[in-house]
Amino acid sequence: MSNSIKNLTLKIWRQLGPTVKGAFETYNVDEISDEASFLEMLDYLNERLISDGKEAIVFDHDCREGICGTCSLMIDGQAHGPQRGTATCQLHMRKFSDGDSIVIEPFRAAAFPIIRDLMVDRSKFDRIIESGGFITAPTGGAPDANLIAIPKPVSDAAMDSAQCIGCGACVAACPNGAANLFTGAKVAHLNRLPQGQPERFKRVESMVETMDEYFGSCTNHGECEGACPKEISVDVIALLNKDYRKAKFASRKDLAR
Amino acid sequence: MSLTEDLLAQNTVQLNSKIPLGSIEDKWDNYKADMKLVNRNNKRKFKVIVVGTGLAGASAAATLAELGYQVDSFTFHDSPRRAHSIAAQGGINAAKNYQGDGDSVNRLFHDTVKGGDFRARESNVHRLAQVSVNIIDQMVAQGVPFAREYGGLLDNRSFGGAQVSRTFYARGQTGQQLLLGAYQQLARQIGLGGVRLFNRTEFLDVVTVDGRTAGIVTRDLVTGEIESHAAHAVVLATGGYGNVFFLSTNAMSCNVTAAWRAHRKGALFANPCYTQIHPTCIPQSDEFQSKLTLMSESLRNDGRVWVPKNPNETRPAHEVAESDRDYYLERLYPSYGNLAPRDISSRAAKRLVDKGQGVGPLKNGVYLDFNEVIARLGHDVVQERYGNLFEMYERIAGENPYDMPMRIYPASHYTMGGLWVDYELQTNIPGLYAAGEANFSDHGANRLGASALMQGLADGYFVLPYTIGNELAPLLGKTIPGVDHPEFKKAEQAARDQYNGYLNIKGTRSPDWFHRELGKIIWDRCGMERDEQGLQQALSDLPALYEEFKTDLRVTGDGMSLNQTLEKAGRVDDFFQLGMLMCRDALSRQESCGGHFRTEHQTDEGEAKRDDENYCHVSAWQWGGDAMSPNLNVEPLEFEAIHLATRSYK
Ligand SMILES: Cc1cc2nc3c(=O)[nH]c(=O)nc-3n(C[C@H](O)[C@H](O)[C@H](O)COP(=O)(O)OP(=O)(O)OC[C@H]3O[C@@H](n4cnc5c(N)ncnc54)[C@H](O)[C@@H]3O)c2cc1C
Ligand code: SF4
Ligand code: FES
Repeated sequence: MSNSIKNLTLKIWRQLGPTVKGAFETYNVDEISDEASFLEMLDYLNERLISDGKEAIVFDHDCREGICGTCSLMIDGQAHGPQRGTATCQLHMRKFSDGDSIVIEPFRAAAFPIIRDLMVDRSKFDRIIESGGFITAPTGGAPDANLIAIPKPVSDAAMDSAQCIGCGACVAACPNGAANLFTGAKVAHLNRLPQGQPERFKRVESMVETMDEYFGSCTNHGECEGACPKEISVDVIALLNKDYRKAKFASRKDLAR
Repeated sequence: MSLTEDLLAQNTVQLNSKIPLGSIEDKWDNYKADMKLVNRNNKRKFKVIVVGTGLAGASAAATLAELGYQVDSFTFHDSPRRAHSIAAQGGINAAKNYQGDGDSVNRLFHDTVKGGDFRARESNVHRLAQVSVNIIDQMVAQGVPFAREYGGLLDNRSFGGAQVSRTFYARGQTGQQLLLGAYQQLARQIGLGGVRLFNRTEFLDVVTVDGRTAGIVTRDLVTGEIESHAAHAVVLATGGYGNVFFLSTNAMSCNVTAAWRAHRKGALFANPCYTQIHPTCIPQSDEFQSKLTLMSESLRNDGRVWVPKNPNETRPAHEVAESDRDYYLERLYPSYGNLAPRDISSRAAKRLVDKGQGVGPLKNGVYLDFNEVIARLGHDVVQERYGNLFEMYERIAGENPYDMPMRIYPASHYTMGGLWVDYELQTNIPGLYAAGEANFSDHGANRLGASALMQGLADGYFVLPYTIGNELAPLLGKTIPGVDHPEFKKAEQAARDQYNGYLNIKGTRSPDWFHRELGKIIWDRCGMERDEQGLQQALSDLPALYEEFKTDLRVTGDGMSLNQTLEKAGRVDDFFQLGMLMCRDALSRQESCGGHFRTEHQTDEGEAKRDDENYCHVSAWQWGGDAMSPNLNVEPLEFEAIHLATRSYK
């Protein structure tokens, strides 16, 4: 049978809008089942706030299965909370104990302005993808899918980085607010595949330049990897840097020609 | 005279399904040969609105923009990458026959029609099977990292309701990889300026002028601003309504609002009672739960489903002797065994749990056991196949499935019903289209696993881009109503009034409270099994609860900023109205078929008993002015290529 967790003190960031000053407010949750997810605990608190005539705490969430990347909470100073390789929505109350005090904040980064309370704007990630995070293959002209055999290890490695859910925890965890893990993951996915070769260097060049426009620069702290719910390895950043250097070299040669 | 003919004579709307002439194999080619074309240079003179950025919406928007149309794309998500399609785990079907096990377009077509219990339109299903092969080619070209064999070729697995291996997958994250593929293609078009993206923007209404679609009205979820957008054509790719049950495997924000508001503007809603209850979900653990989690059907490739024979069994699973276990799917359906289709597996589980043979602390589940496969193939192989699903289970249920069998139970998962569309995926309102889960088109009364992803991408990539041109060609050179047309202003005002209305009730209960109560009624009365008495009861309970909603709702905050409680109120309102239509539809269909199981209509062995004489039709409902008085229209279904037969998986 499920047990319950008692006497939780929550310090939650409330902020009306991007330009309004925010502050922590304290809420108590007397009792919650240890089977409940962290977000269900917030649902429960919100129900109480509404019945007290107060405004519900705004937070982003959708699939609650750890796959859509919408949920985005800083829990006790850790992006997505204490459990490694786990998105906020997959964190369960059984990880907490009676009497705990929990600090809940939005993902903070210069490139992620706060919309309201715990909800931030991560659309700069979309800008990075729009600038090159794709393979140009207009609908209709594709050859048979088995025409090009892809060695399993290559395809598996591409899949390892393709798993990125675009949540932004890497940026929130990074002292510089850099997006190299996110960008590196996409580059490592596409640049490893045979289909990704024709645009390989053009892709990395425009994605890195768009990234640099909005995000801080990477100084190899490695905090991102620890916060990533998909445990994407910092190796993708090495690959990103390598391909970017090659791309720059290639374009220098182009210019010289 | 059969009931179908009787009802047909009373139709209030002329329903033309526009099925092309020719044999079933030739229809789609004939259609393409005869359709009107828009010259590439003229395409940019047409504006197409695509609402939704799931598989269906993203693929449609990207392809239409590649063809040269001006596209505006809308989603209430913060990014198109987050649509509900992302959560699909198991895979996508295609008649590639890469395994050489006898698959073909024809077999996929047959399986889908049979799987849908002969309640889908043959011509649409055949086209789906035909284009399925192109989808895999397209997605691989875009870099989707499908699973591969050691030789480097694509791997396949089996899914329920099929005896061949035709399901392509990317670990347990097929939907994610396909959606990211389609999203990246859409992103490319956004970058090139072919598509304008409106994120965090909710569609609220479709606007028609002189019976033709003129555009839409939306609400900016961040600023609360209500706005109009004019277009030559509008596509609704807004997903399904499985969240009407409150607890479901759908993402939290899935809702029926887009389809429902179109319905209220005149679009027919077809077969709302066809809903799919998925057999393998993690059972509910407590009252506060707001979401259920699916465990992919692919697990049934290797997992064996059982319950203890003795309802009073107290031993932990691994101590229960083989002879004390009932592997009921293998016993009841020997040729399909653990891969029996979803509707059948779900009902079997419900019956055993109702008999008291359920497992787990609340006795509300059955076991899905991997012991045998772990012993046969080893821990590593099982981990390679299902590792991430096992981890997900452990995170949620707090038990390790390598040691203890999973506990599963059926939950609402997918909705076969949706907006009525013709062969062109056009609703009965000219210029308004519906694609993906939002339409009713291809799955009849039950959808086979791995076929929704296939349908969404088929609609968006390979059907709509052709059929929309056929509608737009004659509009060349004509001006369309702009956003200052009075119909737009009227719809904007109605939307403002509606949202202000919620804020002004100032009652005591939250939208979520009503949603939960509504969901309980629908689950109990219009869930896995339905009967006349229960449905009648629901049709008196629902309007009563709806009255309470209208007088006792409490929405805090205001309408001029981001307000999730207010958004939810609008969605719950529409779920109420839809719920009433679902029960009405279930009541009027006096037969059992696929996911619609009327206990009055079953065989001696407890299987669904169809009535082809009287119900071989689509029920397409017209809004009658309020939620309790819809008008029934029927589209008779004709089976020419496949003979109507009893669906058996024994
Ligand atoms: C847990 C789970 C697992 C599944 N696994 C599989 C599987 O393995 N294989 C398979 O074939 N199928 C599977 N399915 C089913 C399949 O995922 C869905 O049917 C399919 O993805 C639906 O795609 P769609 O494009 O029609 O809609 P969705 O992906 O639901 O997208 C809807 C879009 O519309 C937008 N939208 C909706 N309403 C509005 C509005 N009012 N205003 C603005 N935007 C709006 C949303 O923002 C979203 O972008 C699964 C479903 C679930 C729940
Ligand atoms: S790399 Fe990891 S942390 Fe960063 S966005 Fe992707 S999944 Fe999130
Ligand atoms: S809500 Fe989707 S990843 Fe958390």
